[in-house]
Amino acid sequence: MNFPLVSKPPVLELRDLRTEFRIGGAWHAAVREVSLQVSANETLAVVGESGSGKSVTALSVLRLLPQSAARHGGGQVLLDGVDLAALSEKQMTKLRGEAIAMIFQEPMTSLNPTMTVGDQIAEAIQQHRNVTKKEARRLALEVLEEVKIPAAAKRYDDYPHQFSGGMRQRVMIAMALACKPRVLLADEPTTALDVTIQAQILSLLSELKTAHGMGVMFITHNLGVVAQIADRVAVMYAGEVVETADVHTLFARPMHPYTEALLRAMPRVDGNSAELESIPGGVPAINALPKGCAFAPRCRLKEARCEIDRPKLARVGATHQVRCVVRVEQHGDMA
Amino acid sequence: MSAVATPAVAKPNSVWQALRKNRMSWIGIGLLLLIVIAAVFAPLLAPFDPFQQNIAFRLEPPSAEFWLGTDSYGRDVLSRLIYGSRVSLLVGFVAILIAMCIGSALGILAGYVGGMVDQIIMGLVDVLLSFPTLLLGIMVAAMLGASLENLIVAIAITEIAPFIRVARAPTIALKQRDFVEAGRALGFGPIRLMGVHILPNMISDVVVLGSLWMASAIRTEASLSFVGLGVPPPIATWGSMIREGFEHILDAWWLTVFPSLAILITVLALNLLGDALRDAIDPKLRSERA
Amino acid sequence: MIRYAIKRLLMAIPTLLAMLTAVFILVRLVPGDPAAVMLGDQASAEALDALRKQLGLDLPMHLQYLNFLRDMLSGNFGASMATGRTVLHEVSLVLPWTLQLTGASILIGIVFGLPLGIWAALRRNAWPDYLGRILSLVGLSFPAFVSAILMLLVFSIELQWFPVIGSTGARTWTQQLHNLALPAFNLGLIMTAYVMRVTRASMLGVMGEDYIRTARAKGVRPMRLILRHGLRNALIPIVTVVGLYFGTLIGNSVLTEIVFNRPGLGKLILGALNSRDYTLLQGLMVVFASCVIVVNLITDLVYGLVDPRVKYK
Repeated sequence: MNFPLVSKPPVLELRDLRTEFRIGGAWHAAVREVSLQVSANETLAVVGESGSGKSVTALSVLRLLPQSAARHGGGQVLLDGVDLAALSEKQMTKLRGEAIAMIFQEPMTSLNPTMTVGDQIAEAIQQHRNVTKKEARRLALEVLEEVKIPAAAKRYDDYPHQFSGGMRQRVMIAMALACKPRVLLADEPTTALDVTIQAQILSLLSELKTAHGMGVMFITHNLGVVAQIADRVAVMYAGEVVETADVHTLFARPMHPYTEALLRAMPRVDGNSAELESIPGGVPAINALPKGCAFAPRCRLKEARCEIDRPKLARVGATHQVRCVVRVEQHGDMA
Repeated sequence: MSAVATPAVAKPNSVWQALRKNRMSWIGIGLLLLIVIAAVFAPLLAPFDPFQQNIAFRLEPPSAEFWLGTDSYGRDVLSRLIYGSRVSLLVGFVAILIAMCIGSALGILAGYVGGMVDQIIMGLVDVLLSFPTLLLGIMVAAMLGASLENLIVAIAITEIAPFIRVARAPTIALKQRDFVEAGRALGFGPIRLMGVHILPNMISDVVVLGSLWMASAIRTEASLSFVGLGVPPPIATWGSMIREGFEHILDAWWLTVFPSLAILITVLALNLLGDALRDAIDPKLRSERA
Repeated sequence: MIRYAIKRLLMAIPTLLAMLTAVFILVRLVPGDPAAVMLGDQASAEALDALRKQLGLDLPMHLQYLNFLRDMLSGNFGASMATGRTVLHEVSLVLPWTLQLTGASILIGIVFGLPLGIWAALRRNAWPDYLGRILSLVGLSFPAFVSAILMLLVFSIELQWFPVIGSTGARTWTQQLHNLALPAFNLGLIMTAYVMRVTRASMLGVMGEDYIRTARAKGVRPMRLILRHGLRNALIPIVTVVGLYFGTLIGNSVLTEIVFNRPGLGKLILGALNSRDYTLLQGLMVVFASCVIVVNLITDLVYGLVDPRVKYK
């Protein structure tokens, strides 16, 4: 199903993306028929617990998963209409860091310890642009200043271990933005940082998104972060998208029982926090997925039919989709 | 792949299972078993008396009667090889056992007590390691004189340093752990803490490395015997057989080739086993020496 | 960097002193009277006394120790009892040969070991990896003299591609190379096995690190990824391990020289052993152990150069 949920054409679009992992001898889907869209100058937050497949989705876009253990199982990854899944590895290498970039969760281990930060940024430029070393250095310095590293010129020749976690994350952002990509994939970039630093990085990302007009896919498990930066949200569970909506709608009128549970589980200053609600049970293993709805075993709205048929993603509002037969029925399918 | 992108999966988990799956470990165990059997049942397996000289039959190539040929005194190579396995295995095993016991004890002591004691023991390790292994063995064996006991001592000395290191590191880590603190609070003395609480937690790592270094010990024994510092004749060890055979290398290849193969197979088997054990128990465990 | 270097230098000094002490003790472990051992049973009492005086054995132990230290630290490693020449002189006579051999084998070990190790790491669990691992394990299982003898048998005696007797009489470069080939090949093969294992393990560890994924996400081309991001970081433990190999290399080299009948430190030691030349033996031990300490120091320094985290503490 592919009706437009956004007013502007998407810069990045996933259509029924399926990624499989090899467990034992057989292939199992970790990402199942995921469809997402990101437009320019927009942040799409992808939310879910560990094991929901959100990181795998991002890595599948850039085809960064190890070839021996994972494979593309179907669907398309469209960047401005070009299917990335169909490109050769050589073509893909050209696009990485240039048209699409990615930043990762662990700034402490995600930078090469034997290269200066300046050189690592310049490398991103030199791999894609035909410039002299001097010019690359100048451009790299520019972007280092753009991410607000104090005394950037002096710190250009420092090594990663001489920076704090927050600073290293800024360096990673600088590396990612060096070639002015159209799309930025951010895989939990603030999860490993202190809360105060987190806020700084989030606001930096926001500014840069607007300045460059990028489409940002922001992966997180933290709904607080979602509230801060997202324009639209997609909730993932067990490799599927179970709900998508713009951010206000999601927080005001969550539809999917999983989304509701996530929101209830969030500690809130304004709520009655005598008890924290957790969701009973755990995320199913990808080689042990339940028949029917993946969330059914943990769902308080579970009916008999939920355990037989796998529900489809259905529209319940202008920008709101939900994968739950019970809820869709309650609201009337607007297809 | 980092942990972030690992899918949720149900996995089997057992050292024994990992070991069983590893084909190399089976080859290693099999070969080792063969050799140990040969050593233990030498009197039954050896066709001739290894000491019996037979001048009439000296330097015979392999034949139906003497399967691996005879040496310059007419002694049957096969029988000497089989009996030789006893000495080589014995020396290697005992030397490693001594090195393991003393080395581990020193290592645990150094790690547990710390401070000056630690510095002294680590200084000892540094000194031991500053001598090229073989030369240390040569030096000690030469100074003490050639005999079975001295050979064992010499080899043990060359193998002791790695054990000290390997025992010290986990001791330092374990020292901080809660159950040791608890023991101390209960009034357990240091000896009891070291022996009963710390030791069992690292014994498996030490034993794994022990098997790897037994390979090294056997190589050292062979080398020392080859150089003339081994067990004095007429007792056969593989190294001394090669030494004697080397003099006739131009016309009696079997004298050097078969003991060489015996050494190679034994060391290889121990290496295979040790490698497989190490991979099964802790893939991150690194060996201290080749 | 300078501070790091000085620190390492200072730490090497106590090791050096401890080593000298150890050699001192070791040599005096000889049961019985060294003079009697050297001169034999028939020697007269006066000859024994004279020799003891000459060796300084009549002095109290702590004086012997101090004299020993003074001599060693000033470069006086003693003299060979058999030839009368100083230990240093003896060493200098044979050093070029040993250097030739060890140099060639280190070259072979690195030139073949590094690429093979990288290749095995990249083709993990495919047949090149298994083959490589088995071969390298076999290579490591040979005591150096065993592989030397087998090579001698096959290549020199059976096939007659190489000479059996050593390097004396080699005039031209090609002749020297011809003589060097088999022994260097023997040592080099063992070192290749060792370097290959270490490189493979180190590369595997490095290629799984997060920064490799970051580099790929940046669009870094494969060759550059393997070399600048992979190998460059894998070198750090490789350097350390190869440095530690030096001690084993000396031992292997000694055995190889004996088998191939090449002049070198190996034969020097053997000769000293056979003729009970204890002063030569003692001096040689000090020389060798000092070399190892120096090589360890150099390894530490190279390590500091290769790992920026050490330089900029």
